[in-house]
Amino acid sequence: MTAPLVRVEDLTVAFGAGNEPVVGGVSFEVAPGECFAIVGESGSGKSVTARTLLGLAGAGARVDATTLELHGKSVLGNRDRDWRQIRGREIGFVLQDALVSLDPLRTVGREIAETLRLHRYGSRSKRRERVLELLTSVGVPEPELRARQLPHELSGGQRQRALIASAIALDPPLLIADEPTTALDVTIQAQILDLLAAMKDRGSGLILISHDLSVVSRLADRVAVMRDGLLVEQGPVADVLTAPSHPYTRTLLDAIPAAHRKGTRLSATALPPTDPALIRPPSDDLLLEANNLVKRFRGPDGVERTAVADVSFSIGVGETLGIVGESGSGKTTTAQLALALLEPDEGTVQLGGTVWSEATEAARRPRRRQISVIYQDPLGSFDPRWTVRRIVEDAVPAELYPDGAARRQRAARLLVDVGLAEEHLDRRPLLLSGGQRQRVAIARALAPEPSLIVCDEPVSALDVTIQAQVLDLLADLQERLGLSYLFISHDLGVIHHVADRVLVMREGRVVETGTAAEIFGAPRDPYTRQLLASLPLAEPEPVSGGPA
Amino acid sequence: MTVNVAEGLVTRTALAAPKAKSGIAFRPAVWLSAVFLLLVVAWAVVPDAFTSESPFDTDVDAAIQAPSLQYWFGTDASGRDIYTRVVFGARSSLLIGVGATALALVAAILFGFAAGLGGRLTDGAVSRFLEVVLALPGLLLALIFIAMLGPGVATEILAVAIGSAAGYAWMVRGQVIAVRNSGYVHAATALGHTRSRIIVRHVFPNAMRPLVVLATMGVGQSIVWASSLSFLGLGVAPPAPEWGAMLDAGRDFVSTAWWLELFPGLAIVGCTLAVTVLGRHLQQRIEGRLA
Repeated sequence: MTAPLVRVEDLTVAFGAGNEPVVGGVSFEVAPGECFAIVGESGSGKSVTARTLLGLAGAGARVDATTLELHGKSVLGNRDRDWRQIRGREIGFVLQDALVSLDPLRTVGREIAETLRLHRYGSRSKRRERVLELLTSVGVPEPELRARQLPHELSGGQRQRALIASAIALDPPLLIADEPTTALDVTIQAQILDLLAAMKDRGSGLILISHDLSVVSRLADRVAVMRDGLLVEQGPVADVLTAPSHPYTRTLLDAIPAAHRKGTRLSATALPPTDPALIRPPSDDLLLEANNLVKRFRGPDGVERTAVADVSFSIGVGETLGIVGESGSGKTTTAQLALALLEPDEGTVQLGGTVWSEATEAARRPRRRQISVIYQDPLGSFDPRWTVRRIVEDAVPAELYPDGAARRQRAARLLVDVGLAEEHLDRRPLLLSGGQRQRVAIARALAPEPSLIVCDEPVSALDVTIQAQVLDLLADLQERLGLSYLFISHDLGVIHHVADRVLVMREGRVVETGTAAEIFGAPRDPYTRQLLASLPLAEPEPVSGGPA
Repeated sequence: MTVNVAEGLVTRTALAAPKAKSGIAFRPAVWLSAVFLLLVVAWAVVPDAFTSESPFDTDVDAAIQAPSLQYWFGTDASGRDIYTRVVFGARSSLLIGVGATALALVAAILFGFAAGLGGRLTDGAVSRFLEVVLALPGLLLALIFIAMLGPGVATEILAVAIGSAAGYAWMVRGQVIAVRNSGYVHAATALGHTRSRIIVRHVFPNAMRPLVVLATMGVGQSIVWASSLSFLGLGVAPPAPEWGAMLDAGRDFVSTAWWLELFPGLAIVGCTLAVTVLGRHLQQRIEGRLA
């Protein structure tokens, strides 16, 4: 084996004296041409570990290690000037959000040239040549034009490529990528992963930080699973993902809504299966019917854009309809139309067999109880002044519970149903974790006793184990209450897991519709096939240990 | 009164969030400001408790006396006690400061909510009107009103209110639009709540939140404005005790009798400073709790 690029032994990072270390005794090595991945959920310390290698652990960080070597040279006790020599030249750093990480007032070309200039690379014209060469090598089309543009004029994928270009400008032997594809659509994600794989093949070492096991499985050679500042497991990717030795790794893997787990519960804490006698089977009755919906918006430039074009669907009682598509495909607008928060320019929505989109708001208001909604960002959907109790109580309809005490009781009951404890009731949502907030949002959505809940990316902001718990909760509620869901997500795995029927949307149009088995088993439309092909973990190996 | 409202809010916040309290360090400036403002409020409410003199009694023998044990702040050209006049001056200054801010807020809420909640036509009309008003200097607007209605406390309150209302209204409009488009208003709409219930429960309190702080600091600004108008002889007319008018009266003696300018000046600066310090403190409290 060649000499390692990075050797870390017993690395500890703590912030402030007397505080628990956020990274506690981490050891690993990375060799040239190898991809080493660190996976973990938010707050596990994976990003801090990576940043420490660049001397960017953060203000007030106390870094301690038996060994911390880059290319066999110890970097412990490096001063800022020493680090500046390392950054860019020896290690390239790719951040998550390219729109934030690129200077909005500088052209992409100048941004990349900056790295070259700081490290005194060639003359001005030579640097310009190198920028174009880099943009070409990361697959940015029309590099001459793109180099002259500002970051916001590029698409998300192009920006991420530009960011990678600036990270590899000086051909560093090691690249650290912190969640490099998290903000990207799946098709773009696939392209970026291919690009990183190509760089690995050319001999670069790569440290990949990700929360997404499927991304890791596609790119990494070795993987370490991190939790609460500790590496709980480390080994070749195939071993860790197929035969995990640590229970936490197994929990993580089980939480992924992979194809073979459809119809099962994902989280270790899932409730016992609902008594079959209580399960309300889906019926053939139609609950919501949308016919030929069209919605156009006028942009700030005065040009009219069609957000939703000729979309039709129906949702039966007790059924889950999934809508999947990339950003800008019109998913959320479709949800707003179903909720009648937006009125369609053409077409109609019917609820329970009667007019819905064409009714007046005054006529709709008493019937709004029948459809609830759960948003991606629960915090934004709560009045910041209100406690959890008040948020849920406010949603309990006075028609059903005219008495204040009964309303309070009902709210408390709902919060227990979604798995929150008494102690959470009088907190403001700001002080709750992401998963708890989403549970409050679910309790609020249940309060009006609806027949349909529109779920707009309800798990996209959550860690995978929390996502599993929320998906399980939604499945339990559906079984017990006979709810229907209109479930919107960009995540194909999640859609496959929850949906009975699926609508694939692209640029405002429905490109394909069918049962989940049809769409995921035998897609007909080329775009659906492309989406499925770009899934990092299309058909994962069955995990040993069986269903939890 | 607004000052009391602000004080009340501070206490309530402290009770509701004991944790936030420990997060913000104890600051003597805040306490000093609170004590000073309480003193000024007491001056305004019961001036007789602080001095046995009358602010109008002249005494030619005691004209232009430097501060002493008998005359703490000295005397003016007519032999009136400056300390007594500063104490009695607190009432009109606070009245104008608080009154003008309150009036400005009422107008701002009416215009801001009309623009933020009305249709495109209403919003357009109100916004253009506000833009025109904002384009005129506030003091000029105030002067126009005083020229039309003649000087006096009531006119001064109206003039200062009009000068500052447009700025508040513009901000209320922005807040209302932001809250109207927020996730929680969409969520309430989807729950089938009526428009009026949503406005009362969500839009109004959330849109007003930043305004509470701004208005507290606005009181200080209004006090300065009121004094400026009196200084120009357009506000409270002499011999009534008013800090701005006292500054004007002492102008000719500034090289010989510094106390004529210093003490009323200190009162104005002290009030404005104290209100601003408390306003900032309030802002941090609110942000610390909700941000």
